Amino acid sequence: MSEDTIWMNKLVKRATGSLLAGIAWAVTGVRPIWAGAAPSNRQRIYFANHASHGDFILLASCLPREEREQTRAVAAADYWGKTRLRRLIANDLLSTVLIERKVTENVKHPMQVMLDVLEQGDSLIIFPEGTRNMDESEKLLPFRSGLYNLALARPDIELIPCWIENMSRVLPKGKFLPVPLLCRVIFGPPMALISGEERHAFLARSREALLSLDPRAKSSQ
Amino acid sequence: MMLNDFHYLAIGLILVLSTASIISALLSRRAATPTPTLTNLTQRINAWWVMVGVLGFAMLFGKAGLTILFVFISFFSLREFVTLTPTRQSDYWVLLGMFALIIPIQYWLVWTEWYGLFTIFIPVYCFLLMPALTALSGDTENFLERVAAQQWAVMIAVYCMSHVPALLTLPVPGYDGRNVLLVAFLMITVQGSDVLQYIFGKLFGKRPVAPRISPSKTWEGLVGGLASATLLGAALFWMTPFNPWQAGLIAFLSCLMGFFGGLVASAIKRDQGVKDWGYLIGGHGGMMDRADSLVFSAPIFFHIVRYFWTS
Repeated sequence: MSEDTIWMNKLVKRATGSLLAGIAWAVTGVRPIWAGAAPSNRQRIYFANHASHGDFILLASCLPREEREQTRAVAAADYWGKTRLRRLIANDLLSTVLIERKVTENVKHPMQVMLDVLEQGDSLIIFPEGTRNMDESEKLLPFRSGLYNLALARPDIELIPCWIENMSRVLPKGKFLPVPLLCRVIFGPPMALISGEERHAFLARSREALLSLDPRAKSSQ
Repeated sequence: MMLNDFHYLAIGLILVLSTASIISALLSRRAATPTPTLTNLTQRINAWWVMVGVLGFAMLFGKAGLTILFVFISFFSLREFVTLTPTRQSDYWVLLGMFALIIPIQYWLVWTEWYGLFTIFIPVYCFLLMPALTALSGDTENFLERVAAQQWAVMIAVYCMSHVPALLTLPVPGYDGRNVLLVAFLMITVQGSDVLQYIFGKLFGKRPVAPRISPSKTWEGLVGGLASATLLGAALFWMTPFNPWQAGLIAFLSCLMGFFGGLVASAIKRDQGVKDWGYLIGGHGGMMDRADSLVFSAPIFFHIVRYFWTS
């Protein structure tokens, strides 16, 4: 790629990011609640609940612009790489990190893809449930191992739990137009792997940390 | 330059707000450490400057300005209302329709002054078609509860609210071109009553009207606020087609309805376990926290004027 193309590419991504953040704000009035973590330029892994395609846009739009440009969401290649339009959105407009959910021999291992991005110094947004949660009676699905593997490989990077409120009502599965409802993203205190902590224990603890951020859970207790 | 009533009104409001700002600045300076109440008071007064500014600016553009402004006010209110109500994914099309169709159509009816359809579009057509659409989705879980919440949301946030700009469509003989002052009269008395009830309540409030709903709404605040708002309304008769006692009586009825609106809004918030509807207006909460009294008073005010004063 020539110098000009790279520069253009960056400009397009910056414009798209700002535009999407603007749309997210106009529709949902989104407001970040920093409950234990403040915006900083440190490298981070944000992990959040997942019920809508709008989730990562909402989360990213809560970050200050500079930080947003260094934060990339991890998305499923089987969905976002399927059509030309989706690939264009995922790669060229939003610079998401596409990973294969089914590991086969001829694709790069998802862990390696994510670790490479962290190596470049970027932050990640991941959804440890591994898929969108479509069960209205279940608040959060069990976590897959990815979060543990990342924490194990890069203990130097903060893990920030982020509870995304209402986004599944704004943009349910299979729908294109968003319903305007107020959304908040609650950023919890950073957590890390305790030395010697087992996979199951860590995944359960991080899941609890995320669940505890839901304000509705607090008010009903 | 000739000063008209609109100018007098603007000057009056600027004087009142300036006084309020000066008093709160003096109070803040006297207090060693600012209390939460004082910080909130300053925030509230600053928000009043913005609200009066936005409303005044919209009024400069007459019916177009006010109609567009109230489209946005309805949008913000409906968004806060629906966020608080329990919805399910099968409600998607109804919810989308409330924002994408009902708001624009209702305000288009205000704009075109199609009074017959304006009054029945929501309570007849929408109220019958919305549950039909919900039923078509096949999801019967909490059906009645969901349908009732949706209907109340459009009733309050769109139907009642749209009666404010609709005041500009009333043909009052001898009052041509001055209808924008009717909107100003309603908003000043009702919002003024909220402020006066707050002040009387803070100064003398002891016995709550409905302790389980809102401890801050007291009999002392209610009586003091309503009485002073009635006097305020009577004193503003010159900008209306009413004589002083009519203006006072109408202000009293509007402010009483406004009190009921605030009470009902508090009950809904209490039921849903939240303190405010949202966070749009610094110090006040959401749009509905400011508009709850207006939505209850606007339709009553509208119909009183329409019944007794239009030809």
